[in-house]
Amino acid sequence: MPHILAERLTIAFPLYHVGARSLKKRLMASTIPRLRTDGSNRVVVAALNDLSFDIRSGERVALVGHNGAGKTTLLRTLAGVYEPVAGRLEVEGRIGSLIDPSAGMDVDATGRENIVLRGLFRGLDQKRSEEMAVEAGAFSGLGEFLDVPMRTYSAGMQVRLSFAIATLMQPEVLLMDEWFSAGDADFMARAQQRLEELVQKAEILVLASHNMQAVRAWCTRAIRLQGGRIVADGPVEQVLAEMEPPAAG
Amino acid sequence: MSFSAPAAVKPEPAVISDSAAPRRVGRALDDLSLGFRRWRLPVALAQLDIRNRYRGSVLGPMWLTLSTAVTFLALGFLYSTLFKMDLHDYLPFLVVSLILWNVFSQVISEACTSLTSAEGIIRQMPLPFTVHALRCLMRNAVIAAHNLPLILVVFLIFGINPGLVALLAIPGMLLFVLNAFALVMFLGMLCARFRDIGPIVNTVTQLAFFISPVIWKPELLQERQVWLVLNPAFDLMEVVRGPLLGQPPGLMIWAAAMLITAVVCGLSFAFFVRFRGRIAFWV
Repeated sequence: MPHILAERLTIAFPLYHVGARSLKKRLMASTIPRLRTDGSNRVVVAALNDLSFDIRSGERVALVGHNGAGKTTLLRTLAGVYEPVAGRLEVEGRIGSLIDPSAGMDVDATGRENIVLRGLFRGLDQKRSEEMAVEAGAFSGLGEFLDVPMRTYSAGMQVRLSFAIATLMQPEVLLMDEWFSAGDADFMARAQQRLEELVQKAEILVLASHNMQAVRAWCTRAIRLQGGRIVADGPVEQVLAEMEPPAAG
Repeated sequence: MSFSAPAAVKPEPAVISDSAAPRRVGRALDDLSLGFRRWRLPVALAQLDIRNRYRGSVLGPMWLTLSTAVTFLALGFLYSTLFKMDLHDYLPFLVVSLILWNVFSQVISEACTSLTSAEGIIRQMPLPFTVHALRCLMRNAVIAAHNLPLILVVFLIFGINPGLVALLAIPGMLLFVLNAFALVMFLGMLCARFRDIGPIVNTVTQLAFFISPVIWKPELLQERQVWLVLNPAFDLMEVVRGPLLGQPPGLMIWAAAMLITAVVCGLSFAFFVRFRGRIAFWV
């Protein structure tokens, strides 16, 4: 049964390539001290601090909060990119992440090659990856452009390809960051439909978003982060109502 | 628009990380085994790397063969005159030495960027770090494959037949590759954490080129030759070069090469076990 369980989860980033002294002023000025220096005089950002939550199968969770609240870091941690510095994290279920659609793409390779490459990244074999290329290629609507290097694509075309590749999966735990905006109206309509299918089929959705419309439409529960801590956790309407001032869609 | 869920994607669906019980050794071993099982990915990435490097070029990677051949011709004539050595004796030695050295120094220098250059991937998806090391290794294997045939060509031209002794180069090569893999893992991590290591490594490699018998023959050291065994670069090179030239190295050199391999692999693995979880924060 897919589930996510976090117990006192903490992620701290050491800032290795920043001089400790130059950050002293910022340390003094910041209201919530998230930057601190540790024992060996390194500057450390407390990205996530002591998070405990339990997400069960069937739940649709929105992560809300201001920029830098730790939403994307939490998504990456759930995806298995960052290992917790303290605490415990358990994620069960096949994970699909729509965090950065262009990760691992090679602009010098053609669209088709990139789709195959992504299949290999996911651990599929050559044959399945090529099957994936046919399907994602059709969905992207790139036609003959599928066989020219991605370097020549317009921004919209790149988004279409990324989207087609990224959504070609059936995860049980879907981790999503809001990122898609380009693409023409026709594609956006199809994209919307596809995303909804994906969300519906997933057992668990975790969506980081500023778009309250999307949060209301898709999610049943909201976790509000502020300064790397959970400040509210509950039904969407209740959490959004507490948020001041009403966030612009 | 449905795509049946592939079973092979995530063999263990549960991601459990508990900072109280980090299971560091187990995770490091999982990383290695999963990385090797997914060898297709590093192969594909290495192919793309090579292709991107020579995009639009007519000869492509054949330029490597050509430029190496020209270098040998020029250096062979120059040095045999400078060092007053017989070309027939010297050129085969130089060719084998330089080709091996180039592989060695290229691997070391690319090792330093093996993880930092994959930053985008590392921060977006959980992938065994072994994949990045293998990518670097495969890329260099392809490059080496374009140069190694030159050894055969030179041997044919000068009529050199090392005999069955040359087969000893195979275990030598194995030691060489093992060291290369361990070094790529180790230097990749070290250079991600400390950005000053890269330039230092390149300086040391350059120094090692001059103090090791690469373009000069070990015999030139006369009675002080015995001390060469203390130079790890010499030991690792000699276990491949010696057999190829029909002069198998002594037991001392084999023992030294094996000892170095054990130390390098042990050190690299220990470092990997301890710091694997930190790599994503370093790059």
